[in-house]
Amino acid sequence: MSQRQVLQVFEQYQKARTQFVQMVAELATRPQNIETLQNAGVMSLLRPLLLDVVPTIQQTAALALGRLANYNDDLAEAVVKGDILPQLVYSLAEQNRFYKKAAAFVLRAVGKHSPQLAQAIVDCGALDTLVICLEDFDPGVKEAAAWALGYIARHNAELSQAVVDAGAAPLLVLCIQEPEIALKRIAASALSDISKHSPELAQTVVDAGAIAHLAQMILNPDSKLKRQVLSALSQIAKHSVDLAEMVVEAEIFPVVLTCLKDKDEYVKKNASTLIREIAKHTPELSQLIVNAGGVAAMIDCIGSCKGNIRLPGIMMLGYVAAHSENLAMAVIISKGVPQLSICLSEEPEDHIKAAAAWAIGQIGRHTPEHARAVAVTNTLPVLLSLYMSTESSEDLQVKSKKAIKNILQKCTYLPALEPFLYDAPPNILKHVVGQFSKVLFPWIFRYASAESGQLSTTY
Amino acid sequence: MKCFKKFLFSVVDLFRKKEYDAAVKIQSWFRGCQVRAYIRNLHRITTVIQKWWRSYLGRQEYRLIVKFASCAMKMNFYNAMAVRIQRRWRGYRIRKYCFNYFYLKEYLRAVSETNDAIREALEEFAEMKEREEKKADLEREEKKRDYQARKMHYLLSTKQIPGVYNSPFRKDPDPWELRLQKAKPLTSQRSKAKPKPCISLSDWLACTSARSFPQSEILPPIDRKQCQGPFRDITEVLEQRYKPLEPTLRVAEPIDELKVARGEFRRQEWMRNVNDNMFLPFSSYHKNKKYIPLMNSSSKYGPNSYGSQHFRDENPKKWICDKDFQTVLPSFDLFSKYGKLYSKAGQII
Repeated sequence: MSQRQVLQVFEQYQKARTQFVQMVAELATRPQNIETLQNAGVMSLLRPLLLDVVPTIQQTAALALGRLANYNDDLAEAVVKGDILPQLVYSLAEQNRFYKKAAAFVLRAVGKHSPQLAQAIVDCGALDTLVICLEDFDPGVKEAAAWALGYIARHNAELSQAVVDAGAAPLLVLCIQEPEIALKRIAASALSDISKHSPELAQTVVDAGAIAHLAQMILNPDSKLKRQVLSALSQIAKHSVDLAEMVVEAEIFPVVLTCLKDKDEYVKKNASTLIREIAKHTPELSQLIVNAGGVAAMIDCIGSCKGNIRLPGIMMLGYVAAHSENLAMAVIISKGVPQLSICLSEEPEDHIKAAAAWAIGQIGRHTPEHARAVAVTNTLPVLLSLYMSTESSEDLQVKSKKAIKNILQKCTYLPALEPFLYDAPPNILKHVVGQFSKVLFPWIFRYASAESGQLSTTY
Repeated sequence: MKCFKKFLFSVVDLFRKKEYDAAVKIQSWFRGCQVRAYIRNLHRITTVIQKWWRSYLGRQEYRLIVKFASCAMKMNFYNAMAVRIQRRWRGYRIRKYCFNYFYLKEYLRAVSETNDAIREALEEFAEMKEREEKKADLEREEKKRDYQARKMHYLLSTKQIPGVYNSPFRKDPDPWELRLQKAKPLTSQRSKAKPKPCISLSDWLACTSARSFPQSEILPPIDRKQCQGPFRDITEVLEQRYKPLEPTLRVAEPIDELKVARGEFRRQEWMRNVNDNMFLPFSSYHKNKKYIPLMNSSSKYGPNSYGSQHFRDENPKKWICDKDFQTVLPSFDLFSKYGKLYSKAGQII
């Protein structure tokens, strides 16, 4: 009889623990409860439950800890200070897949807030265990591990290097080839976070064979996956000419141009970022993009979106036009200048206007033909007003001044220069007058040396 | 007298002197003329020699000047011709290789053509995507409505009672009515094409074995007062408790046993047969005779399978499951209880 009573006491305790941990996990999903939970000292109560005998309680406790740490970085620091991480890492190696998912969730939640916390995770040896989890059979475990690794690698280059040294890159490339879409997304995002810091890291990712698989996945219909894939490719291509050439050799053109027509705004933004990173390195790469019809697609894309989404596209046109005058002429005949002047006049943000002004300056500075093409679209008065206005930021003023100066030094189209005579400040006026003199002097000389000496009034 | 002589001598001397002086003058003049003539000659000769020498030197210099002038003229001519050639070559080189205006125009034209092609292709692509999305939306809607119609199948109107969607005051029935007519009725618990694990009888028999009863590891101690006896022998009790199932013939055999047995028979025959063809008639008397079927069971288009193959009207679209009614012939248990009853009637003692 007493034995059964004793057993009943244990049963009750177990039920109470289960209920407590499940309720805490549920309450932790609402942000308004978390303050109260923190004040009630939930962290110190959850900590021994992680070592509980019953696996369900362990898993739910880990899940609750993860949700709490996810909310803000004070709680994440409390998790680190409470020495919970070594225990989690130790049991990650030997528990079932639900526990592994929950533990990886806790590591991700702690690692996402700041580099110091991520460094704490690395210091307690979590990286090796997470990499082992990447080889697990269950796709949920792989996803959780890849997510945690991605968040750790996001902060700075040393942490990225630590993740790569643990051998994560080839396993992430394997994860990308799995059939589950969520896993592909997370793996692509992790690769993007790793390769964004330095060329050596990007080279490591490329050596693991990532580019071919990422290039294949551009054709996938899922738009979130496309976002991450395009972001990963652009982070790889941005570092050096060789990496950009390797990305181009994976035959992404002209498939990438279809992504510029996608419904999702961020897919468009990431695709234009990728094309910009490729175009900015050398004239040959820009020429490749122009030959594939990328300029027209980009101009249409700029026309169809608003705000910050346009910015990489505008910069790409500027980079292409900056390389040589033939490329600038190609941008002009693709009707780029009217689009850029629309961007210049209708965008509210100053940094986008500054980018558009810079791009127009790069197009118009090569020869008088180019300057004329820019001047015909009536962009110069807009640039002048941006330069003169007191509300524009300093960056915008500097860029519009440079653009005006560069274009004016080559402009021989007098009807566009006339308005400048009336309301330009002296430092610009001197360039305008210089241009007038360049154009009119041969005329004056010819007619003055003829017998009548009269100036012809027709131009 | 001495004075006179002196005077005479002086006059004569004077006259002699005068003559002497005159003679000397004349001689000196003549000598002077001589010498002058001689010197004049010398001068003339010297001038001739010098003249010839100077002309020789001058001709030499003139030859040098002419040589240099002709050289310079030739060189200028060659240079001019070379410049002409170089000018043409430089113009050609610049125009063909460094900045070929026509290539540039061609390139720009090709670029603008590519741009147009890409723009068209992208437009098409966007349109195609939109069309696909719309189609997918329509299909989803259609599926939803279909499912709803299947759920609301009972609202179909019958001959006696017009349904909800078939009000007698309307000219045409509502489109929902037509949909309900076409819909297949929904069973409440549809399992999608999951292969049902066929539970045969032997599985049930297996679960009555001693191992399959749930046993806790540690039995709780039985702490109660002694039961009042007499008790049966424990082996008998366990025998009875764990007696295996003895099903009747009807239950033990599967319900489509006939079909299974037929199939089994056919398989054995097929195994044994050397030749699969049916028997042919012995004689060729009936070879060309055509079979005339019964008028009652043949229609315009050939023999009707109704009456011989199936005996009820079939409408596969209205079936709830995918299969038709089965023809079953369960076995009858005339002899199943033989030797298993408690009574000893009929046993040979």
